[in-house]
Amino acid sequence: MEVRVQNIRKEFSRFPALNDVSLDIRSGELIALLGPSGSGKTTLLRLIAGLESPTEGTVYFGNEDASRKTVQQRNIGFVFQHYALFRHMTVLDNVSFGLTIRPSGRRPAKAEIRKRALELLDLVQLSGLEKRYPAQLSGGQRQRVALARAMAVEPNVLLLDEPFGALDAQVRKELRRWLREIHDRTGHTTVFVTHDQDEALELADRVVVMSKGKIEQIGTPDEIYDTPNSPFVFGFIGQSNILPVRVENGQLWIKDHSIGVSAQGEADGPAQLYFRPHDIELLEGNGGCIAGVVTVTRRVAGTRHVELDIGGANSRVEIELPPEKVTSDHSRVAFRPTRWKLFRD
Amino acid sequence: MTARTASLWQFRQPSVIPGFGLALGVTLSWLILIILIPLSGLAWRSSALGWSTFWALATDQRTINALRISFGTAFVAALVNVVFGVILAWVLVRYRFPGKRIIDAMVDLPFALPTAVAGIALTTLYAPNGWIGSLLSPLGIKIAFTPIGIVFALVFVGLPFVVRTVQPIMEEIDKEVEEAAATLGANRFQTISRVLLPGLAPAVLTGFALAFARGVGEYGSVIFIAGNLPYISEIAPLLIVIRLEEFNYPAATAIAAVMLIISFAMLLIINMIQAWSRRRYGYGA
Repeated sequence: MEVRVQNIRKEFSRFPALNDVSLDIRSGELIALLGPSGSGKTTLLRLIAGLESPTEGTVYFGNEDASRKTVQQRNIGFVFQHYALFRHMTVLDNVSFGLTIRPSGRRPAKAEIRKRALELLDLVQLSGLEKRYPAQLSGGQRQRVALARAMAVEPNVLLLDEPFGALDAQVRKELRRWLREIHDRTGHTTVFVTHDQDEALELADRVVVMSKGKIEQIGTPDEIYDTPNSPFVFGFIGQSNILPVRVENGQLWIKDHSIGVSAQGEADGPAQLYFRPHDIELLEGNGGCIAGVVTVTRRVAGTRHVELDIGGANSRVEIELPPEKVTSDHSRVAFRPTRWKLFRD
Repeated sequence: MTARTASLWQFRQPSVIPGFGLALGVTLSWLILIILIPLSGLAWRSSALGWSTFWALATDQRTINALRISFGTAFVAALVNVVFGVILAWVLVRYRFPGKRIIDAMVDLPFALPTAVAGIALTTLYAPNGWIGSLLSPLGIKIAFTPIGIVFALVFVGLPFVVRTVQPIMEEIDKEVEEAAATLGANRFQTISRVLLPGLAPAVLTGFALAFARGVGEYGSVIFIAGNLPYISEIAPLLIVIRLEEFNYPAATAIAAVMLIISFAMLLIINMIQAWSRRRYGYGA
């Protein structure tokens, strides 16, 4: 089901947690709300769920105004970071809970509920564990039970609050891939909150980057990574270098020399140059480049990270080189950004 | 599995804190000195009576009635305490209101107050000429000097046991669990009855057992409000005292032995239920 959030504002005792946020979620989409802590991403998720009510604004499920409905009436599936399983119930009872508490008119028969719960446990690869209690499961297994429980009620939209936040890196990676598979198979409209950019970029159809109660940018992972529209997004997603530059006659200048990057169409004046460590080319010679002295080199998996001191204030730059390119400390390296973006204050 | 059996045999487990032998030794000697020796004295005394004498003394109508009143009123009082103790604990854990700390402190008063004081206070309130008693007596309701009065006194002394055992477990309940139930469509009643209360069951059971045990043994507060009419409102501990004052030691021993056996059996059962539920739900483990 498609979900529309319109001009939502939320204040917690006069402190604005969300400020005029609008978001359209298409049916069947997998959307990530990404941002640092305090950006309002969890609040937005809870507003869609109905666990919070907006100070102003409306949430639509399809064409229906859901703002006036209680959590119970919205028929959503919510997965919490710390699982929130019912610990006195078996795995099977946890998964069937949403169906067994329905009023008798809408409640499926007992055998039907059981069948459905077992199917879901099969989907989340927990067959055979239905008689266990949550305390007897690992973290990853518990989160899968929580997901099965949320899906049992055939929710309009599936909402996940930092679903993998409490798990260790290996399990997290595995569950990520697995969640994507489940989503592709079941087609639930899904929104998940994360502060982990890798998770958002790897998993989501579209990423919503949030900061300070506002949406900074909405786009596919490629759009977000390749064409960030604000310094915040550029800085928050992936690694980035920031250098103060000057635009003069369509050229970028650092202090008194041109760095060999043409910026046609940019107005003259000071600006901040943003570029990613791997979007560079190495150069020989002195003119038309950024040059610096190597201070630190680190080998990280398949690349070599080199920190350069290019002189002056704000002068530390990190670039990524192929591992076979060995640079010794204090040696001189010259390069030029191949992809970059200018932001002005 | 092999590791499991091995650890069963390996009685003593490695620990960063030394002194297991010493601590266990002190514990055992203390238990023997404080509990086991007096109780075995009781058992030895009553075994000296011989089976037929013991049986005759234990099945005396006055004894049976006294035991029934003691265990019956303690049971009812513990049930009442479970209901109101859980509500009280809930209010203390969940809400913020002015005077909360005072109420929280008040819960412990029955622990500290001499039970005789409580008994006298309750009696003056509920006696037919007391504040509350005088309102009820025209309606034909008598509280003081009846088993109902005993229940009132036992509710008073047992309340903190339930509140103080349930409170910490309630504080542990994650708000997210309630929210999870709500997102799945559970209304408030279903959330409480199917999610929250079952989760509290082991703690409630512990509180019940403590309040019940306290009620069975309670003497001070009860004797003032009970009226102590033989066969009607006479509790077993009082009957023991009466028998002692009559220098009828065999009868006193017999009643004590029966109380001991029943109490021990009940507490053992409750403990076993608790251990089972704890193992199952993984609390405190």
